Amino acid sequence: MRKLVCLMLLALALPAQAALKVFSTVPEWAALAREIGGDKVEATSATTALQDPHHVDARPSLIARARNADLLLATGAELEVGWLPVVQRESGNPRIQAGQPGYFEAAGLVRMLDVPARLDRADGDVHAAGNPHIQTDPRNFLAVGEGLAARMAQLDPPNAAAYRAGYAAFAERWRTQLKRWEVQAAPLKGVAVVSQHKAWAYLYDWLGMREVAALEPKPGVEPSLAHLARVRDQAAQSRPRMVIRAAYNPARPAEWFAQEAKVPAVVLPFTVGAPEADNLTALFETTVQRLLKAVR
Amino acid sequence: MKHVSLLALAAASALGALPALAADAGLQTLREEITQMRKSYEQRIEALERRLVQAEATSTQAKTTADKAATQTARAGEGKANAFNPEIGLNLQGALTKTTRDPANWTMQGFVPPGEPDEIGPPRRRGFTAQETELTVAANVDPNFRGYLNLALTPGNAVELEEAYFQTLGLGAGVTVKGGRFLSGIGYQNEIHPHAWDFADAPLAYTAFVGNKLTTEGVQVKWLAPTETFLELGLEGGRDNSFPGGARNKSGTGIGAAFAHVGGDVGPSNSWRAGLSYIATRPGGRSYEGVDAAGLATTVSFAGDSRTAVADFVWKWAPNGNAKERNFKLQGEYFRRNEDGRLSCAERDTSGACGGAAGLADSYRSTQSGYYLQGVYQFMPNWRIGYRYDRLDSGTPSFGPTLVATDLPQLASWKPVRNTVMADYATSEFARLRFQVARDTSRGAGLADTQVWLQYVMSLGAHGAHKF
Repeated sequence: MRKLVCLMLLALALPAQAALKVFSTVPEWAALAREIGGDKVEATSATTALQDPHHVDARPSLIARARNADLLLATGAELEVGWLPVVQRESGNPRIQAGQPGYFEAAGLVRMLDVPARLDRADGDVHAAGNPHIQTDPRNFLAVGEGLAARMAQLDPPNAAAYRAGYAAFAERWRTQLKRWEVQAAPLKGVAVVSQHKAWAYLYDWLGMREVAALEPKPGVEPSLAHLARVRDQAAQSRPRMVIRAAYNPARPAEWFAQEAKVPAVVLPFTVGAPEADNLTALFETTVQRLLKAVR
Repeated sequence: MKHVSLLALAAASALGALPALAADAGLQTLREEITQMRKSYEQRIEALERRLVQAEATSTQAKTTADKAATQTARAGEGKANAFNPEIGLNLQGALTKTTRDPANWTMQGFVPPGEPDEIGPPRRRGFTAQETELTVAANVDPNFRGYLNLALTPGNAVELEEAYFQTLGLGAGVTVKGGRFLSGIGYQNEIHPHAWDFADAPLAYTAFVGNKLTTEGVQVKWLAPTETFLELGLEGGRDNSFPGGARNKSGTGIGAAFAHVGGDVGPSNSWRAGLSYIATRPGGRSYEGVDAAGLATTVSFAGDSRTAVADFVWKWAPNGNAKERNFKLQGEYFRRNEDGRLSCAERDTSGACGGAAGLADSYRSTQSGYYLQGVYQFMPNWRIGYRYDRLDSGTPSFGPTLVATDLPQLASWKPVRNTVMADYATSEFARLRFQVARDTSRGAGLADTQVWLQYVMSLGAHGAHKF
C-alpha cells in the first residue's frame, strides 16, 4: 500500500520536474527557447507560420495549454492583444499573468521601429509601441535571447547554468551566422522594395533595404484593386525590384502587383515553421537567399 | 624644477580641459538640438492630445535617441497621473428595421413572456432605431483581481447595469472566481456580447428560455482541468432577478447554475467546443400580463421549480487555422425546461373567467424545448453570409381541475419556427454592416412576420479580446 502511494506521489511529482513548460504565442520565440534550453524545456507555439498572429481565436486548446505553462512568451507591442488576454484570464494560471516572472514580452528588449506619432484607428491596425514584427531582424534574437535565458534561469534555478551556457553557445553561433548573412546580403543594400503588409521594417533596417510602398492601404486592411493600381503607378518612379509578402498573407495582391510591375513576387517565411524554415537558422538562410535570388 | 613642473601641470590641465571644452560645445549643440526636437514633438503631441478622446487618456512623451533619429518615439502615458486609467471601450449599435407586423404586440405563443423585452431580442420598433450602446470599463485592480463594468445605454434613455464584476487572477490550480453581476457561463452564446454576435438578434431559444441572456448576480467558481484537452467545470449561485427566476425574497442563492465545457483542435484547421449546462431556480411569483378567454386583462403568476438543461456546441474551420481570408463557424444549442409548481390567475375586474380579482390558483407542470442551428461562412476577406434555423416546442402544460386552458390562451401549445439569412460586410474588425431577413412564426398560426434588418455595429476605444 505504502509503495503504491509512493509511486502515485512520484507520478504526480515527475511531470513537474520534467521540463520547463514554455508556451509561446508565435513560433520564433518557441524556437529560441528550444535553442537556449535544449531538452530542459518543452516549448510549443500557439500559432503557426501560416496564421496571421494578429487574428487568432482564443481557442479552448490554447486555454488548456496556457493552464499548464510555466512561462508564457509573447511578442508584446499589442501583437496578441486580440486574443492573449482572454487566454491568460481563462487559464486560471497565476504564473503567466502580466507582471509575473512567468510572462515574458520580447518587444521590451529591442529597439522599436515605426512607433506612431499619433494613435488613431483611422490609421488602421496601428500599434502604440511600434511595429511588433521584431523577429524579421536576426540581431534582435541576441537581445531577446539574453533576456529569455535570464528569465528561464530565474524560473528554473536548478538548470540556470544550462540556460546560460545554452544562450552563450547560441549567441556565438548566431554572431558567426550574422556576419555571413550580412556579407552575402551586401547586394541588397539600398534596394527598393514593395511590401504587402508593413511587416518587414526590421528586416529592411538590418539589410539596408528601402520600402517604397505597401500594398495594404492601412496596416491590416485588405487592398482593393483600385488601390493596388494607385500603388503601382506611384511606385513606378522609385523602381522597386520586388514585392514581398509573408507566407501567411493572401497571395493575390502581391502576385497582381508582380505581374503589373514586372518584378518578382518574393514569399518570405516570416517565422519558423514556414516551408524551408524549420528552425531559426533556416529562417534567415531562406530569407536572405530568396531576396538575393530576386535581385540577381 | 618647480617652474617646469608647474608649467607642465598647467599645460597638462589645459590639454585636459580642451577636449572637455570641445565636448561641452558638442554637448551644447546636442542639447539645443534635443530641445528643438522636444519643442517640435511637444507641438505635435499637443495637436494629438486635442484629437484624442479625454477618456482614452493617452499621453505621449517624445524621446529622441542618439543612434536613430529616424525612430519616432511616442510612449503611452509615461509618468502621468492618468496613466492608470482603465481600458475604456464603446460599442455603437443601431438598425433600420422593417416588419410586416407591429413589433409592439409581439408575443411568443405557447411560452411565458420572458420578462421585460430588451434590445437584443426580436425587433421592438420599426424604422430607425438605436439599439443598445455598450460602454465598457476594465482594468486590473491589483495582482490578484480584475474589475469589469459594462453599461448598456438603451434607446429609451435608460442606463442598465449589464455586468459589473471582479475576477480573480492569482488563485492558481486552474481556479477562477467571479463575483458581482455577470453573464452566466451557461451555453455558448450567453457569455458573448451582442456586438460580437453573428446575427442582429438573439436565437429564439435564448429569448424563450433565458430572456435573451442569463445574467447571474452572485458568484461563479470555475475550474480548468490540467489536461491537454480543454475541460472546464463551473458553478454559479446568485440572486434570481433575471428570467426564468423572479420575485423570491430569501437569503442565500435564488438561482443556481452548473456547466461543463470540453474543447480542442482537430488538426490545424478545425477547433471545437461542446458543453452541458443546468439552471435551477425557484421563482416565488414570476408573473406576466395576459388576457383571458373573454379578452379581459389578467395577471398570471407562477411559483415553483424551474429547471433548464442546455447542450451547446460550436465548430470553427479555417484553412490552416488562418481565419483572415476564409472561415466557417457552425453553432447550435438545445434548451429543455421543466417547470413544476403553482400557477395563479387573476383579473383586474371583480369578476371574470379567472375568478376576478380574487383569482384562481392551480398546480402547473410543463416541459418545453427548443434549439437553433446556425452556420456563418466568410467567403472572402470582410464578407460573410449566414443562415440560422430556430425551432421551439411549447408542449402542452398540464393544469389541475381549477384552471382550464382557455383561461391562459398565451400558454396554448405552439411550435414557433424562424428562418434567418444574413450577409455582413466588415470594413475592419471594429466596424460591421449587416443585412438580415427573417421569417418568424412566433406569434402563432397564420401570424408569420417578415423582419428585415439593416444593422451597424461599431467598436471604438480599447477593445477587449473576444472569447472563442
